[in-house]
Amino acid sequence: MTTQASGLAVDVRGLRKRYGRVPAVDGIDLAVRHGEVFGILGPNGAGKSTTVEILQGHRTRDEGEVSVLGADPATADRAWRARVGIVWQDESAPAELTVRETVSHFARFYPRPRPVREVIGLVGLQEKADSRIKALSGGQRRRLDVALGIVGGPRLLLLDEPTTGFDPAARRQFWSVVRRLADEGTTVVLTTHYLQEAEALADRLVVIAAGRVVAEGDPAELRQRYGSEATVEWTDPDGTRRTVRTTAPTRTVAELMSRFGSRSGSEIPGLKVGRPSLEDVYLRLTGQEDER
Amino acid sequence: MTTTTGGTRRSAPPAERLPGAWSVGWRQGALEVKQFFRQREQGVFTFAFPVVLLFLFASIFKDDVEGAGITASQLYVAAMIGAGIMSVSFQSLGIAIAMERDEHVLRRLRGTPMPPSAYFLGKVWLVLVTGLLETAVLLAVGATVFDLELPTSPGKWLTFAWVFVLGLTGCALLGVAISSVPRSGRSASSVVVLPFLVLQFVSGVYIAIDTVPDWMLTLGALFPLKWMCQGFRGVFLPESAQALEQAGSWEYGRVALVLAAWCVGGLVLCLGTFRWKSRRDG
Repeated sequence: MTTQASGLAVDVRGLRKRYGRVPAVDGIDLAVRHGEVFGILGPNGAGKSTTVEILQGHRTRDEGEVSVLGADPATADRAWRARVGIVWQDESAPAELTVRETVSHFARFYPRPRPVREVIGLVGLQEKADSRIKALSGGQRRRLDVALGIVGGPRLLLLDEPTTGFDPAARRQFWSVVRRLADEGTTVVLTTHYLQEAEALADRLVVIAAGRVVAEGDPAELRQRYGSEATVEWTDPDGTRRTVRTTAPTRTVAELMSRFGSRSGSEIPGLKVGRPSLEDVYLRLTGQEDER
Repeated sequence: MTTTTGGTRRSAPPAERLPGAWSVGWRQGALEVKQFFRQREQGVFTFAFPVVLLFLFASIFKDDVEGAGITASQLYVAAMIGAGIMSVSFQSLGIAIAMERDEHVLRRLRGTPMPPSAYFLGKVWLVLVTGLLETAVLLAVGATVFDLELPTSPGKWLTFAWVFVLGLTGCALLGVAISSVPRSGRSASSVVVLPFLVLQFVSGVYIAIDTVPDWMLTLGALFPLKWMCQGFRGVFLPESAQALEQAGSWEYGRVALVLAAWCVGGLVLCLGTFRWKSRRDG
């Protein structure tokens, strides 16, 4: 059990998966430590869901080694499933049952479930406990999905784009649920295409694009490592807008001052010096910069 | 997976007792029944369809059947019980499971430590409850409106019991098998209903058995419905009505054989074809 020895909750090496001739995951390595919240950030179609589905054991892989809680998800048994909680991307709970009925029923699948009332409270559905699922709003259904994912008391929780389609308030509420679980010691792996979400929740994250990991680290590290270049913008005398990316913006500005200084009373037209936000870094890393 | 650290940290957590298939299956069944009755439209439709058809056919064709000592109405009651059982098992399961697969209900269950057999046990309980209710309603209508005489001998009821159990099981397994055919939940009802409709014609449900052309009956004889109906005619009709049968008798031995064969064959078919994910989920 090499992964147990190395203390990793999730250990993925050289993961590949193609659909037809299109590679969806093209050589991904992941190392998730026990107890951390790990984010997989990337645009739609980057291979996030495929990766998570392989971790769940619901999709076969073409190549690579995958170990989740010390076992290969492709051949894992019921005892393994009892330790891994899954929150799916789509809602599929039975519409005619109530929240409490559904959570209680799922609790029966597990050897040591969490108390149903506690789980419903944790996701903030106590007032809706006796409502039929069909009467819930989208955000409430999503929280029920989380309840079903955690009722077994998992050691690892896999969340696939949990807040897609949420309004900002519901998203913040959801984040607090994830933080609470993390505080209790649950290891969390979540995919998202919201940078803000990764920044708010993840202890560490990988950015993936076109099936590969393009950056790895904690959010501050990423900003520092990939965001050290500042952008200097100005307008030339003939009216064209110019942009320069540089690690020494002061020198660029000094050069500009000497160019413009004598002619126009020291003002450089349209001068703007910017440090990239994490969002800029993210967009640059995932090759989406032009889409802004 | 070799232990490189001298085997000091071999992961052997204390064996946890996972819940058993029977107990989870029982709960699953209770929940299935609950959902069935809460979903009123579906419940009413599944139940009412055979009853309405019985009412129509048995009211339109009600004359005495020559040389059989029965009315055509009585013939319809027996046949419609067979069709009713097939509708709550084959048709209901075929459509419901296809939809559950398409809506990822199955995939979600597969992501939990639920024993897979518990899901099927749940369906068995559902089909058993709805099948018994359907039969009771049809018998009540048949006895009160269409002069069907309920048998008094325990032997007849024993026959009824085994035809019911074997027929229901075989049709349910066929329903599970056909649920893998439709590409999506939306197309499920057409994929399931059309063959069922055809089968009801060639098995002598809608058209009296002595009117259906021989080649059609031969085709129908390949499937369980014809044999269920034949068994029920044996239970609910007088001996004189045997004259209408293709073979001139109720052929209980053959009824049992074909239905049992469908139970075994259906199980093999299910084990070989059942999928927890829809095709596009890979």
